[in-house]
Amino acid sequence: MRRKRAISGWLVLLIALHALVIFAGFFAPYDPTEQDRNNPYLPPMRLHFLDPQGHLHARPFAYSLRLREGSFDQYEENTALTIPLKFFVLGARYHLLGLVPGRWHLWGAEEQRIYLLGTDSYGRDLLSRFLYGGQVSLFAGLSGAGTTLLLGLCVGAMAGYYGGWRDDLLMRLAELFLALPWLYLLLALRAFLPLAVSPRQAFFLIVAILGAVGWARPARLVRGVVLSAKEQDFVRAARGFGATDGYLLRRHILPEASSVVLTQAAILVPQFVLAEMTLSFLGLGVPEPVPSWGNLLSALQQYSVLVSYWWMYLPALIMLPFFLGYLGLGSELQQPQEPYKIGKLTRSLE
Amino acid sequence: MRYLLRRLWHAVFLLIGVSVLAFAFTVLAPGNYFDEMRLNPQIAPETITALRAQYELDRPLPVRYAHWIASLLHGDMGFSFAYNSPVAPLLLVRARNTLLLTVTAMFLAWGIALPLGIWSAERFGHLPDRLLSWATAALLVTPDLALALGLLVIAVKSGRFPTGGMVSLDFERLSLFGKARDLLLHMGLPVVALVLSLLPLLVRHVRAAMAEVLNAPFLLAAEGHGIPRRVRLYRYALPAAANPLISLFGFSVGTLLSGSLLIEVVMSWPGLGPFLLEAILARDLYVVIGGVVLSTLFLVGGNFLADLLLYWADPRIRTETIA
Repeated sequence: MRRKRAISGWLVLLIALHALVIFAGFFAPYDPTEQDRNNPYLPPMRLHFLDPQGHLHARPFAYSLRLREGSFDQYEENTALTIPLKFFVLGARYHLLGLVPGRWHLWGAEEQRIYLLGTDSYGRDLLSRFLYGGQVSLFAGLSGAGTTLLLGLCVGAMAGYYGGWRDDLLMRLAELFLALPWLYLLLALRAFLPLAVSPRQAFFLIVAILGAVGWARPARLVRGVVLSAKEQDFVRAARGFGATDGYLLRRHILPEASSVVLTQAAILVPQFVLAEMTLSFLGLGVPEPVPSWGNLLSALQQYSVLVSYWWMYLPALIMLPFFLGYLGLGSELQQPQEPYKIGKLTRSLE
Repeated sequence: MRYLLRRLWHAVFLLIGVSVLAFAFTVLAPGNYFDEMRLNPQIAPETITALRAQYELDRPLPVRYAHWIASLLHGDMGFSFAYNSPVAPLLLVRARNTLLLTVTAMFLAWGIALPLGIWSAERFGHLPDRLLSWATAALLVTPDLALALGLLVIAVKSGRFPTGGMVSLDFERLSLFGKARDLLLHMGLPVVALVLSLLPLLVRHVRAAMAEVLNAPFLLAAEGHGIPRRVRLYRYALPAAANPLISLFGFSVGTLLSGSLLIEVVMSWPGLGPFLLEAILARDLYVVIGGVVLSTLFLVGGNFLADLLLYWADPRIRTETIA
């Protein structure tokens, strides 16, 4: 019971976080590629409730930033010019899920622009770039994990069910993929694919690479499950009744592997999000101006950015809850599941 | 002995397999190092054709593979187009730097993880243990990239650590002691990043393995006989929990190598990571293959070491006849 509650808790957290990213158009105040050339490297604006006179405001506001006297990169708050935070404002056009057009944003500011995470070298809003970047990174991780699990399921089922030379061949191949440190494998696969590609091509390239990288471990686990499942009495009985291989696999054997696959998914998705980040960080992934979590951080490779503009590091911190969600889900799924098994048993007895 | 021979044979098989696979993938590669030369009007097409012939890029794959093996046996590992030199000497310097980093980090991480994990397992479920679990969880969810960049930010802000490279500019003029100190200072940041990225995994496994053993009746008996706590934990309990930990050691080699690649790039440590990245961007074919095979060698070597340790630690393997 406790386990079930914990799992649904983590799932709710993950769904909420992913909703933020999926509907980035609505939750982000600006377009991720829109440049504000007058305001490069603007530090994050702080939200206030108290004005200098000590009056409390119900609506939070920020102060506009101006350069400090005699400085060319130090900003200070201009308390004369307030930017009230408005909800449901009209702003940049976007397409939810790439289909539904919209102009309404959950929050924003009307006359001035508001930057809660600061801006980058082109004056682009970091918060908007983070949310939109999540679409690329998370979706690459999810579809990469989907591809690799499907591949692992097929390979594992084939190796375990048919055995013989197929089993030997596939498992030797899996060992080869496991013999490489995963980042080296990732880079090796990337090395043999075109370097200069459009953002869309880069995305599919990454998904394909991720799909090819991770199949070996799930395949071995699925193979183990299939090996033990195919000797079960109910499978033998079904075979005795003349069930075909395809039917047996689909109806009786692969459902046994579902918990393994789910657990692997919870482990693989964050790993693949990280892989996408790594590739984009190294300049081998999704190119600018399309944001991804990796190329957001790659600005920090410049020493001057690292020294002077600390807020460029903030995206690395606000992506932590996403990884926490997956870690929590994964470790709950991995725990021994006695209560669940008992439930299943009683259900089958009814 | 047969067990070890079998493991060794397996390791060799893996190395050969990975190198064949790497060569097979080169067929997929669109373009090569000389394609960019074609855009240069000052280089005659005949020159490029001649270069391609010289480096055998126009020969069939099996022939190239055979020549690569021959070159490997000569100690060359093919030829780097970008550096105009055999690959092996270039690679070995970088590999040495990577190993310096990873081996140090490995010793440190295990040296911290073992006592910490045991300490935590003793207090299983109590407040200190729960706090430590939260701490390791926090480290576990922090991506290596964020960790390395964060450390770099801290180092830059504090100004206490050099933030890149392996030695200072005046390294050659330093005394022997000064050289060692300089190297250690430069190693500090990447090693800390590596240890922190590896530590949570190790602590969690040590804790889990030890917690299982600590409930065993033989330890209660040992306590009843008045055997001191330290001896009970390290002499009695640890060997009983060693098997999964030794497997973890083999596994952690791979994690460490991957982590090291990224951290080397971020902290500009002149190891395999930046070298491989540079080779990928320049399409320097044999360097990529060499780097990949070398990293496999390290991982396979680490696993073989784990097998050796297991052989030494677990008497059941020594008496086994078939497995």
